[in-house]
Amino acid sequence: MKLPSIHIKPFGEHAVLIQWPNEVNEDILNKILQFETILKNKHLKGPDWEYVPAYNSLLVVNKEVTLEYLSFSKQLQDWYLNMGDIVPFQRYLWRLPVSYDKEFGIDLEEISNQLNLDETEVITLHTSHVYTVYGIGFLPGFMYLGGLPKALETARKDTPRMLVKKGAVGIAGKQTGVYPQESPGGWNIIGNCPVPIFDASKEEPCFVAVGDQIQFYEVSKAKYNLHQIEVEVGIYKPEKIEIDA
Amino acid sequence: MLKVLKSGFYTSVQDLGRFHYRNKGVPVSGAMDDLSVFKANTLLENDVADAVLEITMTGPTLLFEEETYIVMAGAEMSVTLNNQPVKNYKIYQINVGDILSYGNLESGFRGYLAVKGGFKSKAMYGSRSFYKPLTFANRLMDGDVVPFEYNKVFRPKISEIKVDSFLNDTLLEVDKAPEFFMLTEQQLEVLFNTEFTVAKENNRMAYQLDEKLDGHAVSMLTSATLPGTVQLTPAGKLIILMKDGQTTGGYPRILQLSDKAVAILAQKRAGTVVTFNLG
Repeated sequence: MKLPSIHIKPFGEHAVLIQWPNEVNEDILNKILQFETILKNKHLKGPDWEYVPAYNSLLVVNKEVTLEYLSFSKQLQDWYLNMGDIVPFQRYLWRLPVSYDKEFGIDLEEISNQLNLDETEVITLHTSHVYTVYGIGFLPGFMYLGGLPKALETARKDTPRMLVKKGAVGIAGKQTGVYPQESPGGWNIIGNCPVPIFDASKEEPCFVAVGDQIQFYEVSKAKYNLHQIEVEVGIYKPEKIEIDA
Repeated sequence: MLKVLKSGFYTSVQDLGRFHYRNKGVPVSGAMDDLSVFKANTLLENDVADAVLEITMTGPTLLFEEETYIVMAGAEMSVTLNNQPVKNYKIYQINVGDILSYGNLESGFRGYLAVKGGFKSKAMYGSRSFYKPLTFANRLMDGDVVPFEYNKVFRPKISEIKVDSFLNDTLLEVDKAPEFFMLTEQQLEVLFNTEFTVAKENNRMAYQLDEKLDGHAVSMLTSATLPGTVQLTPAGKLIILMKDGQTTGGYPRILQLSDKAVAILAQKRAGTVVTFNLG
């Protein structure tokens, strides 16, 4: 792939924002993650640097020094143009169980009517696609997932709920995702995932990284309860498959 | 230990913040007015990253169960130590059983209490800053205890400093943020010639402003934000993200506050005014 051009914008005393073309696509996401990897491992090492990738941008921030925008952005452009073809970084496909039971899928019926599908078709469509993690933000562990099939595109709820349950799996617009904690929310809720995407009792609280992929699979209410117990006692291991970038 | 007899409106443990988890959606957190904290820790000859109590608007009543030294900083509040008035930026020696009691807020919005060696509540992912669900709570409640290390041997080099107070500053120094260039002449005119009023929707996550700019229909992909990022909603509302603010957002980012401007804004309460000055 030809190297897409980047624009670097100043963002306060300690940061710059690197922007790629304004598109949601995997090739661009790969370039962003490759550049992040080479900055992290080679050019801008050390604990003061931090990186936040999302969709078509990468924030580069230093918690101590004031960045000299002009020289720094030139340097970044230079590193980018010369970063070479392949920087390896390991990505995973995570398979996450979801119960679409009525107890959890509180908007499933309404959504099926709206989309002119029956409920099993909604579930089949939702579980048959692989979603890419384009960003993590809004809440700790909240994944912005791309790749929702067109047939599942719906409007947000007119009035957001004051409280959406932890683990709730929702769809809205072109997006799907899992609420990592209780929060207000306007997405249509179709199920619940018993695996915490963010777990502050773990050394690494969030197993998913930007660039990873997610596939949901349907489990019964009984299996859901079992996974919940496994999570509680700390023996649940999220199912992962290595993928080639 | 420090025992919280009355917690006040919103009292929490904060340090300089939690880094390296922003790519997992975890806000930086940390003291909203870190400039005042820096002064307090420096006076106590602490590490600059030592944790303090952040005390918002209505302060707590606190019982010390160990000997130590303390410094208060930030907002001006009427505070007594065993019923004797005490002031900011001065070291006080504390004995077992001493009671520090916060009264009326006089100026500013957030006060800080630093203790020799820092508060030692449990660090999570490299920081003691309260942020639920990483820490057990967002704020202290009546009856909570906060650990610190007993210190009787400290001989301060200086016992008091004079500070240039910025509690009444209203000018916020800003830089252009990534979507600055979407602004129309009309929006720019209002942005830099308006005294903006801090809305009642203000907290550790974000400060909203009452006055609006013209709305817009710019749609953008979700992208990173920082403490001090000024977002413009489609309805023209200005939202300034603060230390517990979300790490990504979908609203255009038009300005970025300087570090000092974040500290200045952190001392503002609803109804006070601020203006933007582009550096």
